[in-house]
Amino acid sequence: MRIGVCVKAVPADPRERGFDPATLRLDRTGELVLNGADAHAVACACELRAAGAGADEIIAISVGPPGAEGAVRYALAMGADRAVLVSDPLLEGSDLLATGRVLARVIAEEACELVLFGQQGGDSNGALLWGAVAVRLDRPSISRATEIALDGGGVRVRRQTEQGFELVAAPLPCLVAVASGVAEPRPPTFRELKRAGDKPRRLALAAELGLDPGEVGAAGSRTTVLALGGVPRREGGRLVDGDPEEAAAEILELLVARGVV
Amino acid sequence: MLARARALSDAAAGIVLGDGVEEAAREAAARSGARVLLADDAALGDGSPRPRIEVLARLVATAGYDTVLLATTTSATDVAAGLSARLEAGLNWDLLDLERDGAELVGVRRALQDTVSVRVGWRGSPRLALLRPGAHQPVAAATAGAVERLEVTIESPEPSVTVLERGTEQAPGPSLAEAGIIVAGGRGVGSRQGFAALEELAEELGGIVGVSLPIVEIGWYPASRQVGQSGRIVAPAVYLACGISGAIQHRIGMERSATVVAINSDPAAAIFELADLGVVGDLHEIVPHLTRLVRARRAGAPSA
Repeated sequence: MRIGVCVKAVPADPRERGFDPATLRLDRTGELVLNGADAHAVACACELRAAGAGADEIIAISVGPPGAEGAVRYALAMGADRAVLVSDPLLEGSDLLATGRVLARVIAEEACELVLFGQQGGDSNGALLWGAVAVRLDRPSISRATEIALDGGGVRVRRQTEQGFELVAAPLPCLVAVASGVAEPRPPTFRELKRAGDKPRRLALAAELGLDPGEVGAAGSRTTVLALGGVPRREGGRLVDGDPEEAAAEILELLVARGVV
Repeated sequence: MLARARALSDAAAGIVLGDGVEEAAREAAARSGARVLLADDAALGDGSPRPRIEVLARLVATAGYDTVLLATTTSATDVAAGLSARLEAGLNWDLLDLERDGAELVGVRRALQDTVSVRVGWRGSPRLALLRPGAHQPVAAATAGAVERLEVTIESPEPSVTVLERGTEQAPGPSLAEAGIIVAGGRGVGSRQGFAALEELAEELGGIVGVSLPIVEIGWYPASRQVGQSGRIVAPAVYLACGISGAIQHRIGMERSATVVAINSDPAAAIFELADLGVVGDLHEIVPHLTRLVRARRAGAPSA
């Protein structure tokens, strides 16, 4: 059985790079690294393969600029068996909708039965993609998984909910977004990184996946970035810097003044 | 959310989806004065996104709504993403604000750890938006809106997700909402042992430990201890933030605290903007010192 893991290459230093003022998109010309949440998903896939239960191949799937290759190679070094990187100038400016189309196409073509995504905070940018891909593929999907096991022809998952947890089961094929607690990624050794270069990597263009130029990139997107601006900084209170004992004493003084100690 | 939608359009209606949620729909209609649609069906009871997506997609298609607003909660996020693919509709998420610009809508969100404000728009309709709840003070309506029951027909999509067991993880002791003092820890705490020091301080202060989202995701604390937009909104007498950078989503959960003390090794951390007292330093040294000082004061103080 094949496990697909969707991974994203993100700027190593996004705050320094910032946005490209011409395109209003994140500047991805600098160093790109494997997204932290996705590293947990790759580690989770490796644990499932190690546990037997029929998982025998892990495919890292990524959509990104040519510079994403380093992040893909990192996923291979962590234990993925092969990778598919869809990199095409036509994809620039893709939003959730357009990127979802590309991923759905790759997942279907590669016949991945279980697809893992790294779940970022419900608050952050990557928390949505898998939900769109699941609907496009018409497959069941489970979010915020903290434990996952293959079980016959399906998965059993413990997931976080707003109130607590749920134990759920779903048949394969399905999609699971994993929380970072699901598996701890181990940084690959130098040897593993070196060997990753020899693992099979497929580079694909949108057309090779049967995608129309109108379905991808800015043309296939339904959201736009209009403008960027600064964020007004609020004036904070007193800032102290120095000896831990003095700092602790200052905090105590405030707690006493507020009547809580 | 309804107040926000009504500010954008008089024709805005609410929708409540669930199983046995008629009372919630009536309350929403009474408080907002808006028309509220009710999709009440056993198939909508377990919180799984697919049937909700079905109902909303059909409603948007038949009633011709051009905009759908959802509050940013974890379950609504799941629904919004799927709905976007089903309707081929643009989705802007994590919006702090939504305003009208002529015939267009413009959303505002933050990026790059709150250093950049991004104005976003939609191409075509329907437009989907995940919007931060609670930014708009609900205005009490003079007259209650009507509740209309929707016919719910869900073509059960092939075998799907089955819930085998469900549990609530309410940590013992006082809840975050009741706590007068919250000692909160974030990624900067670094380890479980680091949290043991926070627990000790919280106990000494008669407070409780709260955490930021990443800590819940690692699995060190249950979701019931999470402070933030997707967790609990708290307003204790003292909020002591340790190793919390202060992302907007966290700040939403604690900015109403009476007094905020922040300890962080990064002098540029956004949490310092909210702090009455900010300490730039190593929380692993400062927290144990503080615990000792509090303990010493308690022991030495004449009993009242």
